[in-house]
Amino acid sequence: MTATDITHESIVERLSAQFPGKILSHDEPFGLLSLNVPREDVIDIIKWLKEDAAFQFIFMTDLCGVHFPEQSGQELGVIYHLHSLVHNVRLRLRTFFPANDPVVPTATTVFKAANWMERETFDFFGIRFIGHPDLRRILNVDDMDYHPLLKQYPLEDGTRTDKDDKYFGR
Amino acid sequence: MDTLQTTPPGLQEEKQYNTLNLGPTHPATHGIFQNVLQMDGEYIVSGEATIGYIHRAFEKLAEHRPFYQITPITDRLNYCSSPINNIGWQLTVEKLLDVQPPKRVDYMRVIIMELARITDHLICNSVVGVDTGALTGFVYVFQQREHVYEIYEAICGSRLTTNIGRIGGFERDFDDNVMRRIRKFLDEFPKVWKEFEGLLSRNRIFMDRTIGVGGISVEDALDYGFTGPNLRAAGLDYDVRVMNPYSSYQDFDFIIPIGQSGDVYDRFCVRNEEIWQSLSILEQAYAKLQQMPKGDYFAHVPEFYLPPKQDVYTKMEALIWHFKIVMGEVDVPKGEVYHAVEGGNGELGFYLISDGGRQPYRLHFRRPCFIYYQAFPEMIKGSMLSDAILTMSSMNVIAGELDA
Repeated sequence: MTATDITHESIVERLSAQFPGKILSHDEPFGLLSLNVPREDVIDIIKWLKEDAAFQFIFMTDLCGVHFPEQSGQELGVIYHLHSLVHNVRLRLRTFFPANDPVVPTATTVFKAANWMERETFDFFGIRFIGHPDLRRILNVDDMDYHPLLKQYPLEDGTRTDKDDKYFGR
Repeated sequence: MDTLQTTPPGLQEEKQYNTLNLGPTHPATHGIFQNVLQMDGEYIVSGEATIGYIHRAFEKLAEHRPFYQITPITDRLNYCSSPINNIGWQLTVEKLLDVQPPKRVDYMRVIIMELARITDHLICNSVVGVDTGALTGFVYVFQQREHVYEIYEAICGSRLTTNIGRIGGFERDFDDNVMRRIRKFLDEFPKVWKEFEGLLSRNRIFMDRTIGVGGISVEDALDYGFTGPNLRAAGLDYDVRVMNPYSSYQDFDFIIPIGQSGDVYDRFCVRNEEIWQSLSILEQAYAKLQQMPKGDYFAHVPEFYLPPKQDVYTKMEALIWHFKIVMGEVDVPKGEVYHAVEGGNGELGFYLISDGGRQPYRLHFRRPCFIYYQAFPEMIKGSMLSDAILTMSSMNVIAGELDA
């Protein structure tokens, strides 16, 4: 069960053949194959990986957002972690896009598990998932008017008046 | 979730349903959960879960804390098994730093994590008992949880939110008191658990009440991202301890129990059996620790492992490292790492991006119950209200982990 019979090379090779030019780059931080893909194709790739008889990435482990304000034109990203339970291989897909156009197609069409994870990502990063059945805030209050995990927001609310720094030694 | 949007079977246009606000603070839900249910008499037509009542922005907090200060944040995720969260986080950082702790540390961690798994399953299963009307078992086994908390207390000084261990190992070795308490627990607990099992697992009333309630097929469970005992109860033997062994779990001999129908009864039975397996792992780890020389309880990572206090006062090097760690002058390598451990209720993952500073650039917790709780409205559709309560408690949804 723990034996790995598909290699990272074969995944990259077959994906490049199936989606020519769509695998922008790939690396293996800490032994986990990570692929950078364009956002237009990320769902097709996930769907293909899930349905392919040889790979069977049938489990979506995780989906989360990231924000790199310095990467101009690619500030926001969504990271997908897939797991082929049959072969025990994990795979990471990254897709980056500009902050002024934070739109990604939804993965809920492939995995129901993506529903709340996409809502969470929308809540924290303002990334809109096109086609999501119910894209609302999930952990924060509904009338919040910003997306708090974006790097421009400080940890503490700068508008608070009830905390006087001099009492906290800062 | 998308099926919620469509008209449920049997729903007629002219029929009026009662809206029932179950929660946010309902005594039967054992935590802050709100569910807005459409009720047809005693039956649930549809439901919608609202979460986030105890959201504490852990992911944002973690971006502003040095690595060793994130361990206490992880305590507050699944607070029924805090040590697993602590050790999961420490293992993630050790993976990033490329630190290999000594075998003794691995086995000490296995002991703590399995004790935590036992208490987690113990709470869940005894609460399932409570929700079916059997309060006695719950009160009876809770004494054993107290004994486990005394073991934590002897190891690290705290009980519920443990902050156990350090990056690289432990702050002190297991002393005789700890080993004696573990031995005592291993001797006493099986008898107690046998009795608890005897009360419920073949009890006709309990079986009638739980079999076929809140079931989920293995396909749906995978689709919804189930992990842990809930997925195994549906019939898939996915366990991180076996698939991606960490902390030397490959040295231990245990089996993964699975169920068939994924209903409340199967989840109960899977957790019961996992407790027996955890006890077997504990016995093996205890024996291994007894054979090992004492004293090898931390890895050599002076940049991250806080030196013992007496050394700080007497040795220059220890003082320097202590100062550097506490003042946050130690940078970590750049990297992107995902590490998963088998938590009390599923795969607990840490996705960490480090940009080389003193804090994580981004830290995402893959919280198992956040992901599988979204199947809850689907699972209770068409069932009775009291079954919905039972389904929720048997899924082991912990508010702290759900809302992070």
